[in-house]
Amino acid sequence: MGTGIRAIKNLRLFPTPLVWKQELAPEVYVLGFKREEDFLPGQVVGISHSLELEPRLYSIASGNKDESLEILFNVNPEGALTPILGNQNPGNILQLSKPFGSFTLNENRASYWIAAGTGIAPFRSYLRSGLPAPIELIHGGRQLQSFYFQDEFLQKLPSGYVRCCTQEKGENLYEGRLTNYLREHTALQLDANFYLCGSAEMVVEVRDILLAKGVSYQQIIAEIYF
Amino acid sequence: MPEILYGKTLDELKEWVKELGMPGFTAGQIADWLYKKDIHSIDEMSNLSKKNRELLASKASFGLIPYTTVQESTDGTKKYLFPAGNHKFIEAAMIPDKDRKTLCVSTQVGCKMGCLFCMTGKQGFQGNLSAGEILNQMRSIPEGPEISNIVYMGMGEPLDNLEAVMKSLEILTADWGYGWSPKRITVSTIGIVPAMKQFLEKSDAHLAVSLHSPFDEERKKLMPVQQVYPLKEVLSEIRSWDFGRQRRVSFEYIVFSGLNDTPAHVKELARVLDGIRCRINLIRFHAIPDTPLPSSNDQSVLNMKEALNKKNILTTIRKSRGEDIYAACGLLSTKELVKRENSDF
Ligand SMILES: Cc1cc2nc3c(=O)[nH]c(=O)nc-3n(C[C@H](O)[C@H](O)[C@H](O)COP(=O)(O)OP(=O)(O)OC[C@H]3O[C@@H](n4cnc5c(N)ncnc54)[C@H](O)[C@@H]3O)c2cc1C
Ligand code: SF4
Repeated sequence: MGTGIRAIKNLRLFPTPLVWKQELAPEVYVLGFKREEDFLPGQVVGISHSLELEPRLYSIASGNKDESLEILFNVNPEGALTPILGNQNPGNILQLSKPFGSFTLNENRASYWIAAGTGIAPFRSYLRSGLPAPIELIHGGRQLQSFYFQDEFLQKLPSGYVRCCTQEKGENLYEGRLTNYLREHTALQLDANFYLCGSAEMVVEVRDILLAKGVSYQQIIAEIYF
Repeated sequence: MPEILYGKTLDELKEWVKELGMPGFTAGQIADWLYKKDIHSIDEMSNLSKKNRELLASKASFGLIPYTTVQESTDGTKKYLFPAGNHKFIEAAMIPDKDRKTLCVSTQVGCKMGCLFCMTGKQGFQGNLSAGEILNQMRSIPEGPEISNIVYMGMGEPLDNLEAVMKSLEILTADWGYGWSPKRITVSTIGIVPAMKQFLEKSDAHLAVSLHSPFDEERKKLMPVQQVYPLKEVLSEIRSWDFGRQRRVSFEYIVFSGLNDTPAHVKELARVLDGIRCRINLIRFHAIPDTPLPSSNDQSVLNMKEALNKKNILTTIRKSRGEDIYAACGLLSTKELVKRENSDF
C-alpha cells in the first residue's frame, strides 16, 4: 500500500495532534484539529497518518475563524488511508499540509452550491466563515443520515436547503436524485454562479444539465474529488 | 482469481515464481516469453519444464485480451475497442503516418478529471487499467510489432493511475521487457504535480502537458484540476528538470477560436513558458455533442502558430486524425457502454 494512484509526495507535512473525532453516520467521520493557519473557505489540506503513505486531499469543513480545523470523510474500505483515519483517536499524531487550493466563492455574485456526499464540506466552510448564503444549497445523498451537518444548514438556510435523497422518504426531502431535482427546477436563476463539489460523475452530469438549461460554462466552478 | 502474467514486471515475476517454489531464473524466462516472443499461452513456453508449465497454468493465465471491434477511418487511423472487465470498455487509436505507426493508449476506464472539452471526461470514472491492460492495447492488435511510438493520451489521466503506468513504462523500456528507448514514449498529463514529479524522477519518457489556457480563471473553467494543481506549480516543477536534449516536454493546446487564441493569450503563453525549452502542439477542437466551446477554424489555428513562432516558441499544429470514427484527441468515449452503479446523487 502507499505507492498509490493519488500520490501527493512532496507536499510538505507537519505532525498535528488529532483533537477530536465524531462519527456522523456509519463510516463517516469528522476529524478536528487545532486551527493554526489562516485559510480561504474552499481550500483543502493534505492528510496522512504517516510520512510513508502519500497524503490524500480533504476539503476543510470548518469556518476560517473557528477554533478547530475540521475535515469530513467517508471510509473507502478498499482505500489505503481512510480505513486508517477512521481508526484514529484523539491525541494521535497525523501529518497535515498547510491549506491550499482555490475553490473559493465569488462573494459578489449570487450562487448555487451543489454537493454530493462528502462534497458538502467546503460549503459548510463557506457558511461558517460568514460568506453570503447561496440561493440554494442542494445536497445529494442516499439516506437521511447522509445529509451531514443538516441541523446546522436547516437552521442557517431555512428556505434554501434542499436534500435530494435517493433511498429514503422523509419530511421536507426531495425524493430522488439531485440531477432530477435540477432537471425539474423551473426557477433556476441562470445568471448565478454554480459551485459543484463531489465525485466526477456528479460534476460532469450536473454540468451538462446546467449547460443544457442555458447556464454559461463560465459560471460553473467545480471541485472534483478525484 | 488466477494471477495474470502479462503485465508483471521482472521483480513481480521473481517473487511469484519463488512463492511457487520454482527456480529464480524461470522469472527471466517467463518475461522473455511474455514480452519478446509471439506466443499466447503458457503451454507454448517451451524452455520451461512440463511440470512447471502445468504448475503455472494451474495458478495463472497468460492474460492477453483480444479486441472486440475495430473501426477504420478514411485516413487509415484505426480505433480498437477492448473489454476491461465487468461491462467496461476502453479504446486505443492506431495512427499510421508515413513510416511511423503511433499508438494512443488508454490508462483508465473513463476519467475523474472532468475537463469541459473532453468526451472521456463526460463519462465519469469507472476504473483503473492494470499495466497488462495498458500494454495489451499494443500486444493484441495486428499492428503491434510495427508500432513505432506510444502516446499515453487515450482515455483517462495517466498520472491518476501512476502505479500501473510506471509499471507499463518499466516493461516497455527494460532489457528484459520490450527494450524500447524511452524516446519512443510520451506520457500526457493535465498536471497532477506530485505524480508528475514521481514520473519525472523514475522515467525518461517524454512529457506532454495539457495547457489550453495560460490564465488561471479561464483554465479553471476548462479543467477543474487547476484548482488544486495550478499551471504555475506545474511549470515550476518542469523548470527544475533538464528538458530539450534527451527528453522533451511539449504543451498541448486545444484552440477554441475566439476564446483562447487572442493576442493576450499568446503574450501570456510566452511569459509563462519563458525559459522552458519546449514545443507547443496546437490541436483543432472537434466540437463534441452539446459543448459550449467554440470549434477551431483553420485560419485562427494558423494565426496562433505564427504568433507563437514570432515569440520564439516552437509551435506545431497537430494533424487531426480519425475524426470520422471519433478516434481523434478528446473524442474517445465508451459512455454508452457504461452501466450506472449505485451513487450518492
Ligand atoms: C481536491 C480534493 C478534495 C477532496 N476532499 C475530500 C473530502 O473533503 N472528503 C472526502 O471524503 N474525500 C475527499 N477527497 C477524496 C480523498 O482525497 C481520497 O481520495 C479518498 O478519501 C480516498 O482515500 P483512500 O486513501 O481511502 O483511498 P485510496 O487508497 O486513495 O483509493 C481510492 C480508490 O482507488 C483504488 N485504488 C487504490 N490504490 C490503487 C491502485 N494502486 N491501483 C488501482 N486502484 C487503486 C481503491 O480500491 C479505492 O477504491 C478529495 C479529493 C480531492 C482531489
Ligand atoms: S482531457 Fe484527459 S484528463 Fe481531462 S477529462 Fe479528458 S481524459 Fe481526463
